[in-house]
Parts: sequence; structure tokens; C-alpha cells
Amino acid sequence: MADLVNVTIDGVAVAVPKGTLVVDAAKKLGNDIPVFCYHPKLKPVGMCRMCLVDVGTPKVDPATKQVVKDDAGNVVIAWMPKLTTGCTTPVSEGMAVRTATQQVKDAREDVLEFLLTSHPLDCPVCDKGGECPLQNLTLAHGPGQSRFDYEAKQHNDKHVPLGDLIFLDRERCIQCARCIRFQDDIADDHVLQFFERGRHMEIMTLSEPGFDSYFSGNTTDICPVGALTSADFRFKARPWELDAAQSVCNHCPVGCNTTLNTRLETKTGGREIKRVMPRQNEQVNEIWLCDKGRFVHHYTRADDKLTQPMVRRDGKLVEATWDQAFGVIAERVRAAESVAGVIGDRIANEDAFAVARAVRSTGKGSVSMSPAISAAYADIVRACGVGAATDLKQIGKGDVILVVNADVEEQAPVWFLRLRQAAVDRGAKLVVAHHRSTKMHRYAAQIMRYEIGGIDAWVADSAKLLPDLTAARNVLIAFGDEKLDAPAARSLAQHLANLLIDSGHAGKANSGLLAMYPHGNTQGVFDVTAPMPAVAEAGVVWAVGVGDRADLPQASFLVVQDVVMTELASQADVVLPASSFAERDGSYTSGDRRVQRFYRALPAAGQARPDWWIAQEVARKLGAEWRYEGAGQIFADIVTQIPGYASLSYEALAKGEEQWPPMGRGDLYYGGTVYDNEGGLGVRYVAEAEVGTVVRYEVGAPIAALSGLERPERMLYQDGELIRRSHVMASHVVKPAVA
Amino acid sequence: MTTPMDKHVLLRDEDVQDIRELAVYQANEGYAGWKKAVTSMKGEEVIGVVKDSGLRGRGGAGFPAGLKWSFIPKDINPKYVTVNCDESEPGTFKDHQLIRNNPHQVIEGTALCCYAIGAHVAYIYCRGEFKEPVQNLQKAIDDAYAAGLLGKNLFGTDYSLDVYVHLGAGAYICGEESALIESLEGKIGQPRLKPPFPAVSGLYNKPTVINNVETLANVPGIVLNGSAWYRQWGTEKSPGVKIFSVSGHVKKPDNYELPLGKYSIQDLLEMAGGSSTGLPIKAVLPAGSSSPIIPAVNFHAKLDYESMGTIGSVLGSCSWIFMDESVDMVWAARKMIRFFKHESCGKCTPCREGTHWALKLYDKMLSGEATMADVDMITTVNKQISGKCFCPLGEFSTSSMTFTLKHFRKDYEDFIAQGKGGSAAYRRELERDHHMHELHGQAKAHS
Amino acid sequence: MLNSMLKEKRSAEIEQILAKYPPERKRSAVMPLLYLVQEEYGYCTDDGMREVAEICGIDPTEVKSVAGFYSMYRKHAAGKYVIEVCDDLPCVLRGADKFIDYAEQKLGIKAGETTQDGKITLTTVMCLAACDRAPMCQVNLNYHYDLTPEKFDQLVDELKKRDE
Ligand SMILES: Cc1cc2nc3c(=O)[nH]c(=O)nc-3n(C[C@H](O)[C@H](O)[C@H](O)COP(=O)(O)O)c2cc1C
Ligand code: SF4
Ligand code: FES
Repeated sequence: MADLVNVTIDGVAVAVPKGTLVVDAAKKLGNDIPVFCYHPKLKPVGMCRMCLVDVGTPKVDPATKQVVKDDAGNVVIAWMPKLTTGCTTPVSEGMAVRTATQQVKDAREDVLEFLLTSHPLDCPVCDKGGECPLQNLTLAHGPGQSRFDYEAKQHNDKHVPLGDLIFLDRERCIQCARCIRFQDDIADDHVLQFFERGRHMEIMTLSEPGFDSYFSGNTTDICPVGALTSADFRFKARPWELDAAQSVCNHCPVGCNTTLNTRLETKTGGREIKRVMPRQNEQVNEIWLCDKGRFVHHYTRADDKLTQPMVRRDGKLVEATWDQAFGVIAERVRAAESVAGVIGDRIANEDAFAVARAVRSTGKGSVSMSPAISAAYADIVRACGVGAATDLKQIGKGDVILVVNADVEEQAPVWFLRLRQAAVDRGAKLVVAHHRSTKMHRYAAQIMRYEIGGIDAWVADSAKLLPDLTAARNVLIAFGDEKLDAPAARSLAQHLANLLIDSGHAGKANSGLLAMYPHGNTQGVFDVTAPMPAVAEAGVVWAVGVGDRADLPQASFLVVQDVVMTELASQADVVLPASSFAERDGSYTSGDRRVQRFYRALPAAGQARPDWWIAQEVARKLGAEWRYEGAGQIFADIVTQIPGYASLSYEALAKGEEQWPPMGRGDLYYGGTVYDNEGGLGVRYVAEAEVGTVVRYEVGAPIAALSGLERPERMLYQDGELIRRSHVMASHVVKPAVA
Repeated sequence: MTTPMDKHVLLRDEDVQDIRELAVYQANEGYAGWKKAVTSMKGEEVIGVVKDSGLRGRGGAGFPAGLKWSFIPKDINPKYVTVNCDESEPGTFKDHQLIRNNPHQVIEGTALCCYAIGAHVAYIYCRGEFKEPVQNLQKAIDDAYAAGLLGKNLFGTDYSLDVYVHLGAGAYICGEESALIESLEGKIGQPRLKPPFPAVSGLYNKPTVINNVETLANVPGIVLNGSAWYRQWGTEKSPGVKIFSVSGHVKKPDNYELPLGKYSIQDLLEMAGGSSTGLPIKAVLPAGSSSPIIPAVNFHAKLDYESMGTIGSVLGSCSWIFMDESVDMVWAARKMIRFFKHESCGKCTPCREGTHWALKLYDKMLSGEATMADVDMITTVNKQISGKCFCPLGEFSTSSMTFTLKHFRKDYEDFIAQGKGGSAAYRRELERDHHMHELHGQAKAHS
Repeated sequence: MLNSMLKEKRSAEIEQILAKYPPERKRSAVMPLLYLVQEEYGYCTDDGMREVAEICGIDPTEVKSVAGFYSMYRKHAAGKYVIEVCDDLPCVLRGADKFIDYAEQKLGIKAGETTQDGKITLTTVMCLAACDRAPMCQVNLNYHYDLTPEKFDQLVDELKKRDE
């Protein structure tokens, strides 16, 4: 690699890229210089002074400008007169660092003792206890005993609600400003700041509502002490009691990697999710999650979680056995002229594949997706989506990010963080076209505003972007379907694909379409089911994982398969209880076509079973012979049958590689609480445009936007069957916004 | 006024009545250097003459002014000049007199600095408590605009300049240049990580010169009369004149303008009329609370940068606080620690926690509950702070402990041995501070 | 609804303040605007700070942070006249502590408190850069030098009269 710099740390040589900070260079050697304020994802500030080390550079003779050597021919090092913060010092050629001298050891002990003078040492009742950097570093580097008079400790407020999701314990805070800096530099919601100064300094917010940010939960992860805790987790469990399962968030197209921390509950006798934590994947979410992904999990143990098949008798839904339910369905299917399978876009690839197979094996079935718009343009994204080798970290100077008709923060929050950084920190040119203001507008180099309903005018106008797009190194086009119906959304996608083709960026790494799909597996369900537009009516409608959505064909007999008792389910003739994502294995395909595996965290709730199992049993009742033993087997079929997936394998999806900077390993404290990626980083399959030639699309229906209520803008906390069931999110739920 | 300068360079209000008025200032060579520069000199030439004059920064660090100006990159615009009138070091009151009584000279110096580096906007950052004296400065600025000395197309050239006053709001740390910039940007006054230095990335991340008020007040004379003129005062390494703010136990506390290197500390004491109490002077702080205290045995030292260094102290901002034999150094050190604890910005751990802890220890001393073990603790806590802080403020705070312990350890020992703590006066002082502290805490709880 | 009292009552001053800074650097106006808030509301109220945030285009939390950091921004109501006596080292060497004793006695309150009638707040402050003329104080930021009990009596009488 170019631009490597040679440094020696405690006598051990290492070569690291230019610009690497001393703390990171040391980490390469497994030398963990203790840090508090430093966080690899935040700009260094050098506040806490924990990382003081002895730094020297080769001595240069001022007269000859030559490096001075001693008699033995070794370079003489000029040590700095004072210790230096390793977190703010970039390495330079020939630099020498000492991290184990008495002076450095003393400094660590000194700083820790200072930090502890105002810390309550209430580890036994602290949620961070057991995974607390302050606790760990005190053990490793701290004084055996504090000489500070315990009586003189300052007593500050505990349990201060910053909002309804995050609580602050002012005594535990060590003023490292990680939370403030995350909010300022990463989330760009400046709702946490210091109040007062010196020893009085404390974290506060004046936002309305409190701690008004979609990313607030992340501050509890990166807080190096137990000062910030979530309403969801505080006082709920001790970290060491928790089991960790690797999972993937399915609420939006980003596909953030998560860890589900679960514990056996003596009260309920079952296992419960205690919290959702990030799992490091530098390609996807780095170490961030949005609050929806973090706090919506409560539906997995909702009171009305479906645990038992039900059939309608005498107008009422009553509990039944699986066999009874399958029997009723089989009877109706046999009698029906047609069967319509409607598949929601949040269920796993394996489920969707099996459901589609079951529907089609009836010989009279059709498969569609819900919401209908999910299926409107996924084929175009499959063709002209981002190139397989795309790395959002590389988007920067010379690149253009075009955001069209999308509110990225609302619809794919972690992509918002990443695109924002590409624009703000790395200088990509951001062009935003929308009918209203979004947060993305703050960073836009060019804003193209159109009237509500007037996106066709923008489309006509967009040709003038071509010279810029053509000149750009890479072009990313993030787009959404706000206020569009399916044909219009399809036309827009076609038009945007044409922009890529015309500017020479189709099928390239770091270029392509990024779709703001409604849910986490829109692309995957589309890919594995090859859906058709929904039929108008059918004898049997079998709705799988569609939630409350009502855009179903007219049915004489309705089967609803879902996780909770949705409004739709309550109207069904048969209700089939499906396992939530936490109760089974599978894979999702994110909006940028990364296929990722998730793993079972909870045992099956009651009789609930994975959707694929239910589908297969229905099919078998109707005479089908096929039988899968698990999701892996289904994926093997997907690989052979679904174009594009041929290069994948279930095993390959589970492969990991070391993430840099390393933050999740159990022995590290560096990045706060975050999990290492043991479940695999997933694989992005190749876009069609990368392998074949792409032909410009004939743009279809006119792109006329709908107004008002017909298609509201999609908001992150929009009311839905899942978010509604999370008590911590309840007050955040919004009615769909109508502009 | 007994001062050895027959004609002042800076405190000209002491020679010329009403020099704060534009007409009077102009009648006394005011703005002549300004006109000369704009109409007949290049920016580099102005930098050159200031460099040659050897003028060093008067805000404390003593960095050569011309050299600082020469660091400003030419090709990045806009550039800014910010004038440091935060003057918050206990014992310093020279900038106060300058902006109140000789404001045009400050403005002219500021303008020359702007012209030299090619800046078109200057902000004079004054501590908020200067709201009243700033009225004079603001009036002077307004008059200068009205007279065409500031504003657009000066003296018929295409050079334009705006000068604004910005008020701080009570924070010593904002005297530190990067904290000052943060404050001017509308943020809390916590110092920035350096590099980059302000010369490269200062106000609004643009190249910025920051100079002290007094530093700039020297510039009009230098530009008008040349560097040799300025070098008629002072020594080779400490050229020119300097204002000495003298306070404490002297008969005539005041600002004294002296050539550098000519007089000794003893001379200064005598100029100020000697001890005001009749008791011998025990020691002096030469640059306020942040400077190493100088015991009377060293009063022979000359008043210039190098000589102060040889006796283990600094010239700094020249705030000379004389203390007589009655002053207990334990008490004095507590006063100073109290100041730094109050002013610590809170950004870094050693300064924030260390000053807090140190004050607790001194409080214990004054309350009469301390033992020699606490003196040792002060010594170690002091060591624990030193060398680890983010900015010099934390380091400054250690001076009061380090040097009172070094030169007056006996005061500490006597304090314990003779049970001086717990006296009525000390109790009263502690009570007052604690009461203020408590009220502050209560108010906060309500806010 | 955000109130806009400042904008209504002090619009000319607000314009003047904003004109000092580059248009895209409105945040620089936070400190001068907070002084206006203090004048209008007596101290930095949440509403006032929200208004400043709106004018400067930043988050109210950022404004509150500034108000919190600097000691001259009051976080709660104070007397109509705030007498701030310096009790830092140079001033105390010249009798400031005894002077504060006197002032407390005269006003019948302790430093940090406000008189019953809400007129006068007495506080101690750090060095005010007028050490040559100690004891000294500021009354609503106007300097008063070389204080003696007599001078202080006069000053207090005058303040009381000023209100009638
Ligand atoms: C804590 C601290 C407080 C300071 N206070 C002041 C001050 O009040 N006035 C000042 O001119 N310089 C002050 N300085 C020095 C400034 O940082 C800076 O060096 C100076 O303004 C540069 O101007 P000069 O070169 O003209 O002296 C302070 C420095 C520190 C570290
Ligand atoms: S030493 Fe540290 S806490 Fe003190 S003022 Fe400087 S940065 Fe702030
Ligand atoms: S100062 Fe380096 S980690 Fe905080």
C-alpha cells in the first residue's frame, strides 16, 4: 500500500498508513492504549488525557538537516518534553512511542484517579457494569485506592430523562463528550450539549421533545460509563446474564447488523429479547442503529403475539391445531378456482420462496407482493443497483450523490448517516430533488425543488444534470416512491436508470441505484418470488406477513399468516401463527442487494412456526412432496433457481473478516458496547448491468405524482403493526404525514 | 505620574488630555501611520517593519508579532484579525486603560495588522465586563468610520476594512486564542486542538491573526517612525516598551509604561511608592495568578523576558501583584486555585478535576482541619495535574501551588504547626464562597 | 408557538448585531443576542434562548450551552441592580473582603442573595481588571472604584432613588 509510515511502539516496529493515530497504530500491535474520549468513529478531541504516551521523533541536526545517529548507528530519538495524547497524534516516519514507562503508567493512574473523584462507583447497580470501559480501565491502569475524600464527592442528579428513551446519570458522566460529538458529527442533531463549565459541566438538552434524534440509542453504546442508559434496558438485566444472537434488522432497506441480547426470564419462564445492539459491519451500518431498529423489538413478545393456529367457527376465531387449520385451508383451496398468495416484504428469503412455491404448486395460484409498490421497480434495481463492490466509505470527492423523491433519514436512517458523511466529510457533491425539505437538504450543493405532484417537471429538467453526472467519478442515485403509485414509481426508476446508463455509470462499483424500499426485505422477496401484479379477486387469498395492509384481492376465503394479531388477521378465516425473525434462521436481501443471514435468538413461541414451514405443510396437505429441513436447504434451492443468486452460498454469507477499526471484541472497550461480527458480513450479489450490457429503458407510464392522502410520505415512526406494539416507542408513533 | 517615560508610547492619555477624541488623537500623529501604510506601503512592508522592530506579543506568551503575521498564507481568503481584549488574568488592567482612554491607537494598530496580512474584517473581542469602557472604543470606531478611516475604499484606494467589537460574557479561558475563536463563533469557550494553528485555520476556519490589545497599540508608532525608533527602548531580545499593571500592597497601584530591560523589580516597586502597609514586601506575582511567584530576594532582576526567565519566572502579561509580609502564602495560593477552579473550562480531566480537588484541600487548610499529610496531598495533586492538561490554563493553575510550595513551604508548615486554619477571617471567607456555591447549585436545580 | 418578543421589540438591534458577522455565520450572534434576552426577560429563559436559536439557525440546546458556559449570563432571576464586588487576590489585598462585609451588612443580605424588595443583588466575582482601584465593583456593569463605606452608602441610596 502506498504511503506507509514506519513507527516503533515499545520497540516493536509497525508500518501503518499515513495519518494513522498513535492509538490506532498501537492497536495494530495489540497494544491497547487506554482511551475514554477517543472513539474510532469520532473526530479526536484529546479531552480526557487518558491516552498520554511518550512520543519522540528522529533527532535532526539543525545545521545539516540530517538525522542524527549514535555511535552504534542507531537513529537518535528526540523525545518530547511532555507526554502526548496518542489519540490526537498522527504517526510520522521514524516516530518512536513508549507506552510502558513509569511516567506513562503514572499518568494513567493519575488521570483515572481524577476521573474517579467525581464518579459514584455504583458499579453494582449500574447497567454498564460488566461491560464498562471505566471499570475495565480502572482495573487495568487505575490506582489501587483513591485518596480523594469520599465525603467531598459531588452529588449530582441521577435518572435524568433526556427524552423518553434515554436517561442520564450525571454522577457517572466523565465529560468525554462522546455523546455530544456523536450527535454533532454523525447524526447532525445538535440536541445534546454541555451546560456550565469546569466541574459543574453536565450534559443537557433543550430540544422539544427531549433528545430529539432518530439515533439517540447509539449514545448509550458509545458512552464509556453508565451515564446514558435506555428506557428499554435500564435495570432490566446485567450484561453477563445475556446471550447474544446475531441478527439483521428488517425495518428498512439498509439491513443493519444487530445482536439480539436475550435472557431466560424466571417470571414468564421464557426467553426474551432484553435489548438490540449493533454488530459491527463496516460495509453496512458500521456500528450504528437507528432507534426504530433498536427499540421496536417488543412485538416479539407482544400480548397478542400469535402462538396458536385459529379458524373461524360460527363467526368467531377459535384456537385450532395445525392439522385442523391445514385441513380447512386445503379444503377451501381444492374448492377454489384460484389462490392468491400475497407476500409481505419483511419476511425472509426462505419464507417467501417457500410460500411462493406452495402457492404455485396448487396449480391455480398467483403470487404478488404487498405493498404493491414494492414490486414496482425492484427488477430495475436488480439491473442498475449499486455495483457489487460498492463501498460507501469510498464515496467522496469527485462523486455525485443524487437524491430524488426520497427522505433518506426517514426511510433508510443509517444510509442517511453514511451518505451525509460522504458529502460533508469526504466532499461528494450532493444533489437533492424533492417536493419538500428534508434533512438531506442541509448538505446539498444543489437543490432542485418541484411542486407536490410535479415530479414529471423535474424529470424533464433532469437532463441538464447529465454533464455533471458524466464527469463524476461515481454516481449514486438514492430514490424513493413518495406520492407515486406503482406505475409512476416504475417510470421514475427507469428514468433514473437511464441517467446512469447515459452518464456511463451503470454497472459500476460505487455507482448505481439505491432504493428506499418500504421494508427490510423488499428486494429479497421480489427476487425469490418473481411476483406478478395482484389479481382483483381470488377464491382463497393467503396473506403472509403483510401486517395491517389492506390492499389485498377480494377474497371469498382469507388466510392470514403473521406474527401478531393484526387488524387484518382478526378478519381472517384462518390465522396461522408465524415465528418472528427472532425465533428462526434465515436471510434477507438489503436494498443494496447484500444478502445477509440472521440467526435464531428465541425458542418458538407456542405453536408459532417459520413461514416456510407453514407454507410447506400447507403444500404437503395438498399433495406436494417437497420437504425442507431448514432455511439452509431452501437457500440452496434459491441459489440454483434464482438468477443473480447463483454465485451465493449459505455458508459464504456467514463468512466474516476482521473489521477495522476493531470494536466488538470482548477484550476491547474501545468503541463502547458493540458486538463483533460472528454471523457473517453477507454478500452483495452482482447487478445485471455489471455482467451484461444494459439497454436504456423505455420509460413507461407518465410520472404523475399523487397528492394528499392517496400516498403519504413515509416516515420512520409511521404507525404500523410492529412499532405500535413497542411500549417505549409508543409516544413516538406518528400518523402518516400528508403534505 | 512618576514614570521614567517622558513621553508615553502607549499610555498617551497620561500625556495628552482627551486623546480618546478623534480630533485630539489625529492632532497627535494619530492615523498618520495608517494613512502612510495604506497609501504608500505594501502589506509585506508593514510586516517587515514590525518584524524588524522585534515587537513581541504582550498577551502573555511573548511571541514575535511580525513573525506571527508572516505565517498567514497569502492565497486563502478571507482572512481575519481578532484582537484579544479578554484581559481576565487577575491583576491585569492595562488593556482596560487602553480601550477606555486611548481607543484610537488600538483601532489604528488593529487596522495596520489587517492591512499587513490582507484582512478586511477585524473583531475586537472584549471581556463582557468591559461593556462600559467599550462604549469609548465603540464611539472611537464610529468616529473613525465617519472620518473615512475605516470602511470602504480607504484613502481612495480599493482597500476596505470593517472593525467590530464582540463582547464576551465572563470566561477567563476565552483569553486563550483558540477558545476566543470558538467563543466568537458562538460556541462555548473551550480551546481547540492544535494544530491547526489560527494562522492557518482560525476564525471560521480561515487564516487568523490574534494579538493582544497592547501589542497592536505599539504598531502605529512603529509603522510611522520605523523599527529603529521602537528599538530605542528595551534590549536586543526584548525591544520596546511595556505596560506594567501594578497592584496589591503598594502605595500607588497603577499602570506603568516602562522600557523593557532597564529597570528592576525593586525599581518598579519604588515607582509604585513602595509598600502601602509599612510592612516589607514578601513577594510578587509578575503575571497574575498564573505566574511563578517571585520572593523579594530576587527583586534585583531586570524587567525583560530573558531576565525574568533566569529567576525562574515569566514576564507574561505584566500584572504585578505585590504582597507584604502579612500575606500567608497558603491563603494566597487558595485564592488563586479558587480562580482557576472557577475558570476551568472543563474540557480536560486534570484541570477540571485537579483544580476542584486542590481547592477542596486548600479549603481544608483554611478550615483548620488539615494536617501535614494534606500538604503532601497538595503537592501530589499538583504534580498530578501538571504536564497533562489540554491547554495552558490547567498548567497555570499549578504555578500557584508549585511556587508557593517551592519558595514558601515554611508558610505551609507554620500554617499547620501553629494552627492558623479555622480563624474567624478564614471561616468567613470559606462560608462566603460556599454560600455562593450553594446558591449557584440551587439555582441550577431550578433551571 | 415560538414567541417572538425579541424580534418584535428589538428588531433594529438584532439586525445590527447580525450585520457584524458573515451571513452564513449567524451563530456568532448568539452571545450578543443572549444579552438582549437577559435585558428583556431578566435572565436567560428557555423561551428567550429558543428565540435566539431561531434567529441564529441553530438548535436551542446549543444556545443554552452557551448561556450555561459563561458566568455573565444569568440562569435565574436577579435583582434589578446587580452589584458585583471583586474579591480576587489583588482586590482583597486592598481590603475588598472587609468591604464586602460592610456591603452585606448595609444591604442586610449575604453575597449571592437579593434584597427582599428584589432591587439589589450582591455577588462576589473574579478579577474585573481594575485592581489598581480596589475595592471596586460593577453595578449593572458600570465600574465604581476606590470604594469606601461612605461611597457605598451613597451608591445604594442613589440606586434606591433611581426607582422612585
Ligand atoms: C488561559 C489563557 C488566558 C489568556 N488570556 C489572555 C488575555 O486575557 N489577553 C491576551 O491578550 N492574551 C491572553 N492569553 C494569550 C493568548 O492565548 C494569545 O497568546 C495572545 O492573545 C496572543 O497575542 P500576543 O501575541 O499579542 O500576545 C491567554 C492564554 C491562556 C492560555
Ligand atoms: S487545561 Fe483543560 S479544562 Fe483547563 S481550561 Fe485548558 S482545556 Fe479547559
Ligand atoms: S485524550 Fe486521548 S483518549 Fe481522551
